[in-house]
Amino acid sequence: MSQKQYWSGLEDLNKINNPTDVAGDEFKEELPFDLSDSLFSATTPRRDFLKFMGFSTLAATLVASCEMPVRKAIPYAIKPEDITPGVPNYYASTFADGGDYCAVVVKTRDGRPIKIEGNDLSSVTKGGTSARVQASVLNLYDKARIRHPYTDGVEATFDSIDKAIKDGIGTKPGYLVTASLLSPTVKEIIAQFLARYTTVKHIVYDAVSYSGMLQANEACYGKKTLPTYHFDKAKTIVSLDADFLGTWLSPIEFAKGYSKGRKISAKELKLSKHYQVEATHTISGGAADFRATCRPSETGKVAVALYNMVANGTQPSLASKHLNDLITNAAADLKAGNGLVVCGSNDVNIQIIVNAINDKIGANGVTINWATTSNYKQGIDKDFATLVASMDAGEVGSLFLHGVNPVYDYYDNKKFTAALAKVPLTVSFADRMDETAQKCKHIVPDHNYLESWGDAEPKANYFSLMQPGIAPLFKTRSLADSLISWTGGPQSYADFWKEYWMKKTGSQEAFDKALQDGVIEPAGEMPNGGAAFAGNAADAAGKIQAEPEVKGFEVVVYQKIAIGHGGAWSNNPWLLEMPDPITRATWDNYVCMSPMRAKSKEFDAELTGFTEVDAKKRVVIVKSANGTEVKLPVIVVPGMHNDVIAIATGYGRDKKVGLAAASDDTKGGKNAYPFRTFNGTNILNHNAVTVTKTEEKYEVAVTQTHNSYEARPVIHEYTLAEFAKDSKVLLKERGEEIAEFAVEPWIEEGKESKEKIVDTATEEGYRANGTLYPNYPYEGIKWGMSIDLNSCTGCGACVVGCMAENNVSVVGKDHVLKNHEMHWIRIDRYFSGMVDNPDSIQTIFQPMLCQHCDNAPCENVCPVSATNHSSEGLNQMAYNRCIGTKYCANNCPYKVRHFNWMDWNGADCFDGNLYEDGRRDDMNDDLTRMVLNPDVTVRSRGVMEKCSFCVQRLQESKLAAKKEGHPLRDGAVKTACQQACPSDAILFGNVKDKESNIFKLRRQEQMERTFYVLEHIHTLPNVNYLARIRNTNEIDAKDEAKNEFLKYHI
Amino acid sequence: MFRICSRSIFSFFIVLLLCNVPATAAPDGKALFMSNCASCHNPLKDATGPALQNIDKTFPDKEWGYKWVHNSSALVAAGDPTAVAIFTKFNKTQMTAFPQLSNDDIDAILKYVDEFKAPVAVAAAPAAGGEETESNGWIYTVITLALLLLVIILWRSNQGLKRIANEKEGIPNEKEIPLYRSKLVIAIVAILLFIMAGYWLTNGAVGEGRQQNYQPLQPIYYSHKVHAGINQINCLYCHAGAEKSRQAMIPSSNVCMNCHKQINSYSGGEGAEAHILKTAEGKLINGTEQIQMLYKYAGWDPAKKDYIRDAKGNIMATPIQWVKIHNLPDHVYFNHSQHVKVGQIQCQRCHGPIQEMDEVYQFAPLSMGWCINCHRQTEVKFTENNYYSVFEKYHDELKSGKRDKVTEADMGGLECQKCHY
Repeated sequence: MSQKQYWSGLEDLNKINNPTDVAGDEFKEELPFDLSDSLFSATTPRRDFLKFMGFSTLAATLVASCEMPVRKAIPYAIKPEDITPGVPNYYASTFADGGDYCAVVVKTRDGRPIKIEGNDLSSVTKGGTSARVQASVLNLYDKARIRHPYTDGVEATFDSIDKAIKDGIGTKPGYLVTASLLSPTVKEIIAQFLARYTTVKHIVYDAVSYSGMLQANEACYGKKTLPTYHFDKAKTIVSLDADFLGTWLSPIEFAKGYSKGRKISAKELKLSKHYQVEATHTISGGAADFRATCRPSETGKVAVALYNMVANGTQPSLASKHLNDLITNAAADLKAGNGLVVCGSNDVNIQIIVNAINDKIGANGVTINWATTSNYKQGIDKDFATLVASMDAGEVGSLFLHGVNPVYDYYDNKKFTAALAKVPLTVSFADRMDETAQKCKHIVPDHNYLESWGDAEPKANYFSLMQPGIAPLFKTRSLADSLISWTGGPQSYADFWKEYWMKKTGSQEAFDKALQDGVIEPAGEMPNGGAAFAGNAADAAGKIQAEPEVKGFEVVVYQKIAIGHGGAWSNNPWLLEMPDPITRATWDNYVCMSPMRAKSKEFDAELTGFTEVDAKKRVVIVKSANGTEVKLPVIVVPGMHNDVIAIATGYGRDKKVGLAAASDDTKGGKNAYPFRTFNGTNILNHNAVTVTKTEEKYEVAVTQTHNSYEARPVIHEYTLAEFAKDSKVLLKERGEEIAEFAVEPWIEEGKESKEKIVDTATEEGYRANGTLYPNYPYEGIKWGMSIDLNSCTGCGACVVGCMAENNVSVVGKDHVLKNHEMHWIRIDRYFSGMVDNPDSIQTIFQPMLCQHCDNAPCENVCPVSATNHSSEGLNQMAYNRCIGTKYCANNCPYKVRHFNWMDWNGADCFDGNLYEDGRRDDMNDDLTRMVLNPDVTVRSRGVMEKCSFCVQRLQESKLAAKKEGHPLRDGAVKTACQQACPSDAILFGNVKDKESNIFKLRRQEQMERTFYVLEHIHTLPNVNYLARIRNTNEIDAKDEAKNEFLKYHI
Repeated sequence: MFRICSRSIFSFFIVLLLCNVPATAAPDGKALFMSNCASCHNPLKDATGPALQNIDKTFPDKEWGYKWVHNSSALVAAGDPTAVAIFTKFNKTQMTAFPQLSNDDIDAILKYVDEFKAPVAVAAAPAAGGEETESNGWIYTVITLALLLLVIILWRSNQGLKRIANEKEGIPNEKEIPLYRSKLVIAIVAILLFIMAGYWLTNGAVGEGRQQNYQPLQPIYYSHKVHAGINQINCLYCHAGAEKSRQAMIPSSNVCMNCHKQINSYSGGEGAEAHILKTAEGKLINGTEQIQMLYKYAGWDPAKKDYIRDAKGNIMATPIQWVKIHNLPDHVYFNHSQHVKVGQIQCQRCHGPIQEMDEVYQFAPLSMGWCINCHRQTEVKFTENNYYSVFEKYHDELKSGKRDKVTEADMGGLECQKCHY
């Protein structure tokens, strides 16, 4: 038994609803059977039954006597040389969305991109991906994409628009506004465009801006740029309101580095220490060892306190004792070397203080790299504010908008909208009719990145090439091509691009290699260097201290991991249905509020229903001083600061953005951007607000409580001290549970004397003797997976990666509300700590997927043997054998089986047959269906499904090994979740192979941390977990008496 | 002296031995011909290239032949008169260069084609055998029915006689119930009908969606018999995906044009080996017309002997919409390369005597039972392929003689997720 009490939600903790009630309702709705006592008084008596049966038999006979349809087999007219039908091609490319960057490999089947993988060759993202990168392939097939250019809302041709623009630019000042650009070639083409039209200027605008950091770096180091952060080299990490694992700057890169410092084994007891101060609850906070909360307006004061503690040892004197403790401890650890402080605030003064701390602890040149700078963000808030002012004054003649949507995401979007109307020539390059594009005169739609040539320079001298995986689907044109045609350049962008890179790489051979690798990087390790600090910390600290204290509620405008800043992501059903890691809510945005506040007197102690089982949430009105007002439901999030509420961006979109994004009073959330404020220099993501209760309720689809383990513990977590003292602590715990069953039951002797520490022999003994069934001898290959709870950050990349690989259906909000979501892998989130004290909350994530039990409870109860076991240890699911009794799902202790209540993908084959939800319906479209993986069956209505360990990949890699005539090599096959993971939490392989990593991990390297969920019920899972080790002194069972705080954790 | 002698004799033997090595490992002329030449050459008839039988006799010398095969275009370019003559005769089509073929390989090919004899038509003996067994069954049925009838007649007359005897002896007869009202008979008939209906229904339902012997009309009358049978073109020349991919791949029309740039008519051959094209209904087909149809699809102008191109230089080809014959349900995963490359199964095992089909029909039922049956019986290349080395138990059993073969079923070939995922 673990020493902590974990709860998946408040109802679980408070037992308001007995969790067994939830478990009993795995299938929520009533079955359509009449279970009355008398057969004849039933509403569906015997005669009706016979009638229905007769009709069905007749109908089946009629359908069966129809002729088989004639199918066509249509070959290529002229087959392209590099395509073999049925064999995928992989193209190295680059994902870039604003400044978000990832080096990717695009899998195309028969000319269609169907899956995005990380590119292992990149030393920036190192093969990692994020949920958004995984989902980006669906954006290519988005039905809401603009299919041709527009002028004044009417279809136009490129030629007519080109002419109008060349004639219309004129002599009045013009502006080209883009999001942060990483492409060196596009930058060059922009330079040519600006040289041709000298009145036009280029401005960078980022919806979520890092302007404060850029300006602070300019003030401190004379460089208006961002450094590279080496989380892998950091021994102490202090994050002030920066969700660097989720949304801050370059989360894939940071998760890769961070997870390196979080790998620990009994032999190597080294672990980085992570302090997190935040207002809301982020996944970085969940990963932290020591977490404290503060108001967003307090972040600066926390930074100053930390600076003072580091610089001159002044003890912090903030109101929160916990925060003071954190600062004292963090300062001591930071001074020990290899420290790193990051801060998510956009206030230039706070960032100057953070720079000063990093300078004092010697982070520059160690964990902060100024020799290789990053280009992720370039926007300066003030530039854009100035532009809006001059637009408003009627001084701007033309405006070109690429990758930006200020009508939606500018803090003062009303002012921008009014100012936009005063500009005579407005051109948008949007891929959809977004809020800004609708108000522009011309729309010249840009390609999707999967249709386009391009490149990126995420870091100085680290290049990455982009190549198309498909010809443009619609009449679109890349930004560069548009600019070239207005400049009157001699060649197309593709030619320009090729010439540029041919010159840069030097030879055809080098160019080909660069294109194949996808990246061009300097050899050897990344150059690292410091910078001389020349900032005025005292001045910045003075300004921060002078800021008035805020009373009452403060709102934080945050980005969800899935949806981010908005853009095309708002209309991506995969992302909308991905549960948020912390709230586990789908399809909506809402007001996050701490539990203590939600039940406080000011809301009549009843704001929420206080249970996550009830989907109906109380709606509140949030109002800020600048007149922004929204009505949103309240979700209770333990770990939030008690005076803080949080609202996510990316929701509340216009209906033309897409079917899934469209919002009104009944769906789609609200726009949170207008809550932000501008302090004259920077746009800040927080604001003072008032919250008022209404009588309305709104349903939010939260998934955490959809599965119950009937209060059985599923997680093992230890502190570093505990683990260091006795690394066999977990083996003992497991021994107590299973050792007595490891010997044959009739052998009494030896049972007592046996020391109850699990070893290989005990495991084998338990496997053979813990059951009445015979022990099956596995030959050849046996698959196994290991998931490291220390590395998992809960980011959700695996969830979306699995959806893309395995054609997992999107069911829509209404069905998520009924527990019908189909995710093969889910990430369960558990809290521990005191509900009312947000500082005490600790969070842990556990990815849960089919455990492929060797003694599987689901297999025994299937009446038609549709689910059974393979000789390679796979729990197989034969969809076409399944008759949908759902016994297996009921009997699965891990709750990983999902039933197809509807035909989610092909229902439109009959008229009027489509289940219409209003938001997910684009998934039933021929365009969207192009994303389906042809190697995986698209499941139909009425069958059960679950994780297959990506059996199609296993079969493919086995076939490849057979063709080459060698045994399967370790690492030759990766599951989709493993490949997507940015923190290498998942390992997969053949456990029969004694040289494989998975075998070594389970038996040697990580034996002490290995455990199986619900091992004592003898399901014999093929998925093991590695216990979480938290680098904290608290929550140590041995110190129970010493600490009042602990009572709540035990 | 003796020493020198013995040494030289010894080295002589060594040399002899060495010379023998290539002789023992002589190249297989037939295999080489099939894989390299057969797509353009026939031993007996002119095709894309000339008939190859005795062609070596027309060469100026042997060396010339080697040069021609290794790089014919070089010879043509050098203005060699024989080379230029052949080049012009065959519509200035360049022969693919085969630098990888050694002189011995070329000799072996020439030897094979020189000795090649036209295949004698196979008599329809097995079919006759089949008929015989069938007629046997019919006779048995008739005899059984006749005997049954006899039994009934005898039983009835026996009953009648008994009644007459009873009447005579004054024993009262039971009232005769007609058969159709006899409860026993009704019960038996009902049960029989029920069983038969069930059997018929189940069989019908099982056969649902199966298309054995399906032989649709195709947009072009393409005869596998002419290509794979008479002209011996390797299956993999057109169906190149069979060794690489899930799909065997229907060739695109530019693959057809590799040969049909030259072959623009179908004569049907002469004499004993003549083959006249007919549909299954007996309608005569003009092969030349069919080739003209191919040209339309391929965008080929036979008069100009060049492709028809659009302004950008793209060939104006349209894909041929073949009717798909072998249809597997969507939930079945079948991979050709697994069977052809790894399992080394002959195409005919599933597709039947494809080299004798003018119009292709579905030979096998393609039912799950049929697949499973083959997986049960088929031996895997267990010892040849090193992939299987991890199955130590089977290797031990094979060595100890406990097991004489490893079948696909032993490798888990009957498990659901080998084909359904």
